[in-house]
Amino acid sequence: MKILVCISNVPDTTSKINFTEGDTKFDTSGIQFVINPNDEFGLTRAMWFKEKQGATVHVATVGEASTEPTIRKALAIGADEAIRVDAAPADGFFVARQLAEVVKNGGYDLVIAGRESIDYNGGMVPGIMAALLDMNFVNTCISLEVDGNNATAVREIDGGKEKVSTTLPLIIGGQKGLVEESDLRIPNMRGIMMARQKKLNVVPPVDATPATKETRFEKPAPKGEVKLVDADNVGELVELLHNEAKVI
Amino acid sequence: MKPDLFESPDYFMLDDLLSEEHKLVRDATRQWVKRSVSPIIEEYAQKAEFPKELLGGLAEIGAFGPYIPQEYGGAGLDQISYGLIMQEIERGDSGIRSTASVQSSLVMYPIFAYGTEEQKKKFLPKLATGDLIGCFGLTEPDHGSNPSGMVTNFKDKGDHYLLNGAKLWISNSPFADIAVVWAKNEEGRIHGLIVERGMEGFSTPETHNKWSLRASATGELIFDNVKVPKENLLPGKNGLGAPLGCLDSARYGIAWGAIGAAMDCYDTALRYAKERVQFGRPIAATQLQQKKLAEMITEITKAQLLAFRLGQLKNEGKATTAQISMAKRNNVEMAIKIAREARQVLGGMGITGEYSIMRHMMNLESVITYEGTHDIHLLITGADITGIPAFS
Ligand SMILES: Cc1cc2nc3c(=O)[nH]c(=O)nc-3n(C[C@H](O)[C@H](O)[C@H](O)COP(=O)(O)OP(=O)(O)OC[C@H]3O[C@@H](n4cnc5c(N)ncnc54)[C@H](O)[C@@H]3O)c2cc1C
Ligand SMILES: Cc1cc2nc3c(=O)[nH]c(=O)nc-3n(C[C@H](O)[C@H](O)[C@H](O)COP(=O)(O)OP(=O)(O)OC[C@H]3O[C@@H](n4cnc5c(N)ncnc54)[C@H](O)[C@@H]3O)c2cc1C
Repeated sequence: MKILVCISNVPDTTSKINFTEGDTKFDTSGIQFVINPNDEFGLTRAMWFKEKQGATVHVATVGEASTEPTIRKALAIGADEAIRVDAAPADGFFVARQLAEVVKNGGYDLVIAGRESIDYNGGMVPGIMAALLDMNFVNTCISLEVDGNNATAVREIDGGKEKVSTTLPLIIGGQKGLVEESDLRIPNMRGIMMARQKKLNVVPPVDATPATKETRFEKPAPKGEVKLVDADNVGELVELLHNEAKVI
Repeated sequence: MKPDLFESPDYFMLDDLLSEEHKLVRDATRQWVKRSVSPIIEEYAQKAEFPKELLGGLAEIGAFGPYIPQEYGGAGLDQISYGLIMQEIERGDSGIRSTASVQSSLVMYPIFAYGTEEQKKKFLPKLATGDLIGCFGLTEPDHGSNPSGMVTNFKDKGDHYLLNGAKLWISNSPFADIAVVWAKNEEGRIHGLIVERGMEGFSTPETHNKWSLRASATGELIFDNVKVPKENLLPGKNGLGAPLGCLDSARYGIAWGAIGAAMDCYDTALRYAKERVQFGRPIAATQLQQKKLAEMITEITKAQLLAFRLGQLKNEGKATTAQISMAKRNNVEMAIKIAREARQVLGGMGITGEYSIMRHMMNLESVITYEGTHDIHLLITGADITGIPAFS
């Protein structure tokens, strides 16, 4: 089984978000980039396929050279080879188009992407990729087993779970549940050294016109102050809700 | 114990001097410490027990022999990577860092540098995976700062050596599988011997009631007519220079490690000072607390630059014993002073196990004494610059 894990290089979840150029660009100064959390679950699941079922695992990122530390980390964790499509990820369609090309050229049986990338939270790439490639697609995937050509997946759906069976080649949009947080791997020193020797293929992008364009970013309004009312003081609460919050 | 919210200070953008690989090494170790050390360390320190459950993790991340070549099971990393690993582990606890230091610099290093090919093949891969844990026996009850006066000795009995004597203050001795022991031969020359647990006459009683490095096991090594096979002698180097070579490597790691402890204390104090309100404003708004915090970050920054430069010199094979002494001495003192100041910033909370500061402070009392006391390192610098040793 040949697996491709699609890795989005995203700001660390504790980053302070700011915008520049008249609120049209994300300000990356001082930002620490990490493997998108949904993709890290996918990468770990892929490592299990590698260790238990002898799969080969490649990772792909659409991004500029600055994404290479994130790619190296994926290699240090244990991926066999990496592909970087040398282009700024302009939008979800653009990225999906690039990744589709990687999948087509690499002949992958299973493509593990994340349900969404926590930077722009588009939640589009794996779906568009599946459409472009005409491959089976399971989104919000929280469990995946593969036996020969058959795959069994569990999806998270509103208020429950859905079990689906499908066949390879398959694309999933994965999330926590594929593996748990405690299963995530920390690269070890030998892995870091081995990553030096692994192939990181840089390929040019294919022609694709982004389908969207940002006009402006805006931060949510800051949260208001919290007032604590003693549990015994129902009168005060009612008074505040009525006169100050004006909700009753 | 509070959740580990550590963020590392980097006031002079030292990260720009590190390679991507260095940062990956550092961040991986930090992640491991946050995940595996921080949640449990306080409890082990309180009950004065070494968390053996961390041995597997230390081996797995590669903290045992990171700079030992890959063919012997190490990671083959450079010296700055080794320093960063020590920094991050000591950010968690000096006792856990001690275990990694001893295994890497005091057990694997002498076998690698002075051992035969057979010894390297036999011991190093197992030490790297933690299947074997080692300790280092130099200090004796009556010979601490002056190891050349040691009385532990061995006699050539034809097909084996007969070892007698005792070592004190030996980190990891209570559970170590092997000990690299320094002892004099019949001519009074110091040699290294690998003593294995189970050899008749060899025992390792634990030293109890420490107020420092409580999460590290310390003990004795007692040799009562221990028959050591001849192939367990390290032939590559003898004389006091042999153990001192190991100490250079360990002290170098401590120069980095102490920065970790200091950063943790500073980070905790800074966060606390911003959150703690007295007289209607955060205590961080007062000049006295700002003075403490500003001095801490200044000293940490200087120590970081010292360690980094020493790392470059080590990578080039140019670092001298005297330079390493200066860095160890400066950085450990820096850390212990910061721990004391940071503890005060936390007021009463600073003395509890809710925060790591007091544990670091107590740990550093050992760190400032072992691997050459604070005084001895000053004498090494003094001897180096004047050419006149003032030890005796
Ligand atoms: C430096 C930089 C500049 C950017 N500028 C813009 C911009 O100007 N306008 C804009 O709209 N967006 C911009 N982006 C965001 C980028 O387009 C999105 O990260 C990407 O298109 C994913 O789209 P999405 O949010 O729909 O991803 P999702 O569909 O939410 O991602 C789902 C999954 O798809 C995969 N995936 C997503 N992105 C990548 C990738 N780059 N490489 C490999 N796999 C991936 C991952 O597996 C991910 O979990 C920028 C990102 C970066 C890092
Ligand atoms: C927790 C812990 C773990 C340790 N682990 C190990 C280990 O794994 N292996 C090992 O071999 N050792 C280990 N040690 C021992 C450590 O290296 C010694 O404690 C240290 O070298 C000091 O020796 P000492 O305790 O005998 O003090 P002493 O040498 O007796 O020194 C006492 C005081 O006298 C001062 N002094 C000594 N000589 C002079 C002088 N010439 N001029 C001025 N002042 C002087 C010293 O600075 C010190 O302040 C450990 C110690 C501790 C506390």
